Amino acid sequence: MQSLKGIKVVEFAAFAAGPAVGKHLADHGATVVHIESRVRPDGFRTHYPPYKDNIHGLNRSGLFALINNDKLDITLNLKKAPEATELAKKIVSWSDVVIENFSPGTMARLGLDYQSLKKVKPDLIMLSSSNLGQSGPHAHHAGFGSQLSSLAGFTHLTGYPDGSPQILYGPYIDYIAVAYGAVAILAALDYKRRTGRGNHIDAAQYETGLQYLAPILLDYKVNGTVAGRNANRDPYACPHGAYPCKGDDSWCALSVHSESEWKALCRVMDNPAWTADEKFSSHESRKVNEDELDRRIGEWTIDFTALQVMSKLQSAGVKAAIVNTMKDIYSDPQLAQRPQWVELEHPEIGNMHYQRPPFLLTKTPPGPSKRDPLLAEHNEYFYRDLLGLSEPEYKQLVEAEVIY
Amino acid sequence: MAGLLSPYRVLDISDELGFLCGKILGDLGADVIKIEPPGGDPARRLGPFYGNRPDPEKSLFWFGFNNNKRGITLNLESPKGRELFIKLVAQADFLIESFTPGYLDALKIGYSELSKTNPRLVAVSITPFGQSGPYSQFKASDIEIMALSGCMSLTGDPERPPLRVTFPQSYGWTGSYAAMGALAAHYHRESTGEGQQVDVSAQACLLWAFSHAHTFWDLNRHVEKRAGSFMTGRSITGATMRVFWPCKDGYLNFIIYGGEAGRRTNQALVEWMDSQGMAPDFLKQKDWKTFDIARVTQEEIDRMEAPIGQFFQGVTKAEFFQEVVKRQMLGYPVASVKEIFADPQHAAREFWQTIEHPELQISLEYPGGFAKFSEGACRIWRRAPLIGEHNQEIYGEQLGMSPAEIARLKKQKII
Repeated sequence: MQSLKGIKVVEFAAFAAGPAVGKHLADHGATVVHIESRVRPDGFRTHYPPYKDNIHGLNRSGLFALINNDKLDITLNLKKAPEATELAKKIVSWSDVVIENFSPGTMARLGLDYQSLKKVKPDLIMLSSSNLGQSGPHAHHAGFGSQLSSLAGFTHLTGYPDGSPQILYGPYIDYIAVAYGAVAILAALDYKRRTGRGNHIDAAQYETGLQYLAPILLDYKVNGTVAGRNANRDPYACPHGAYPCKGDDSWCALSVHSESEWKALCRVMDNPAWTADEKFSSHESRKVNEDELDRRIGEWTIDFTALQVMSKLQSAGVKAAIVNTMKDIYSDPQLAQRPQWVELEHPEIGNMHYQRPPFLLTKTPPGPSKRDPLLAEHNEYFYRDLLGLSEPEYKQLVEAEVIY
Repeated sequence: MAGLLSPYRVLDISDELGFLCGKILGDLGADVIKIEPPGGDPARRLGPFYGNRPDPEKSLFWFGFNNNKRGITLNLESPKGRELFIKLVAQADFLIESFTPGYLDALKIGYSELSKTNPRLVAVSITPFGQSGPYSQFKASDIEIMALSGCMSLTGDPERPPLRVTFPQSYGWTGSYAAMGALAAHYHRESTGEGQQVDVSAQACLLWAFSHAHTFWDLNRHVEKRAGSFMTGRSITGATMRVFWPCKDGYLNFIIYGGEAGRRTNQALVEWMDSQGMAPDFLKQKDWKTFDIARVTQEEIDRMEAPIGQFFQGVTKAEFFQEVVKRQMLGYPVASVKEIFADPQHAAREFWQTIEHPELQISLEYPGGFAKFSEGACRIWRRAPLIGEHNQEIYGEQLGMSPAEIARLKKQKII
């Protein structure tokens, strides 16, 4: 049995921050309903490549697929108040958990804020995930994670000290909030089981991101140090970087954290004469001469493939790893062994690699087990069979373009 | 108000890869006990340090990720130490560990052994690559995890080496996704009484750090790569958009986007530029309603970006932030920790929490709870422990050992 079998989740959510939380719950067997409308489908369906074969289509998005497996997809046009509002409330009263990531204030405008929903579902658990939080002077400022990652300090820490900040791919910080959002819901479910009480969770993606940076926030407060970007360098390890290997744009990362690891690295390189130089005799002197050290190590690594460098160093107890590309991760033997990917057939995308949770649960094996849904795919099944609308009720709502 | 997880106890014998997992459960009110080897955890050597001088009791890395834990010392390599450990496990709901797979089994305190003592136990095993498989015995620090997960292939200039983020990120990603796994297993345990081992791979956790970059290969056999300061993958023509723009006092993050919010932003920016007499006619005349980011060409993007770049050079980070909020535009300044503290949003939400460190005679401002709950507090309840700070409390009160017994074990270097 999967760990969340029987839990019912409804998403008034689009893009990453809300639906990816639902994906993690669906992977463990929760019934998750993704609500969209034909008036405004999920933004990942409409304007975020990749689309299969570079041909745009509502059911051809790789990103939508990745974070919506094992969900039911229904349409509900919330602009059709009051019928749509009543139907939304009916759906909520069926559910245990609501996930929403509209900009703050939107759910209240729709008459679907926590206070209103609590009236129809007193023990409701609702996650409101937003950029900057539900309160505060900037609460209403909407944004994307790709830019919030800059406001929250991450890109300032990425790149060369004398150059421009550099990109962290995609909406980096959103997926930090996703982990915390799922944690919050799971804790609230446990609390509800013990006390019968629901919960409204206000998760600001900004605040979840700052959790990862606690030591350097403290460092500024107590020492006045403003942490910056320093490429691949590290104050406690040297050498520490990515070094070029045989092949096209092929790299191996390695790092040395102690004298014994340094000696092991030298042995693997066959103790070339330069390693005996005073300049490289201690961590401190290696730090001073790090540019030369990096160049010399690169002159050694370039004669081997990244896999060879990794194997040689790991067998000698030195930390080293291939820089995997976006192609390599599908064939990486370690990920394949778990296995990290589940290949499922999708009617428009074809064979798609869906992603398993980053942890294995042997007694409650998680999915993915079903491909992501097509737009409106489960309208009839959900509204009729799960929600219990009668045939005439359902037909009337479809005709009125409430279910649309 | 107590935390949501206040009835539960967690034992944490993990290294920096697992610190945040226990802290998160602690943020939610669980009773977390950090177990260190006698003399202190090696991660106490990680900086930065209070006063900039290395000292195991002054590591800000330790303070940041081990608050909300009590601390005891225990030598797991001694038979008596293991005996005490098994007693503690019998009373625990969670164990968080990050040893190389096989190490605890060899000491007869691996999951298979511990689950006999406590079948309800949720054992969270956090390692760079997982409990089994060809790389399971590999050693890795942050940079190797970032490399093998694929993250580094997406960061850096195309002509220079792939990069990691200068402050380690893998510990955060791994700890927080591990907490998700711990609570998924917990929910099942509370339903059925059945505990289990949660096998967390840091490499797999980091796959989420780059969203969908890999799906370009899966769908279209295109490999997304590092592109410096430019965003790729938004247009099917292959056009790239500038993300970082030099301004008067640093950099801004601004991207020409599509979609409803993007079009609104582009329109608002042109109005702002126009108010300063800096909007060229072709931008003013552009019909944003028909602007389609997924089909835009590089030529169009370059033409638009030139005057925008010129305009931003005369703007400060603070002005930009003020205008994006006022005009409801997408975009933010590239903030450093200094500017994060100055953001009025955090003060208004009472995000920062002041925590006393009496032994240093200071109080420090910490990032507070990760979310706000209408029921149950999520916050920092206590500062990180000193070495062996709660030995008396836990061995005495919890295991019922006498002060003489504790003193003897201390002498034998077991605690």
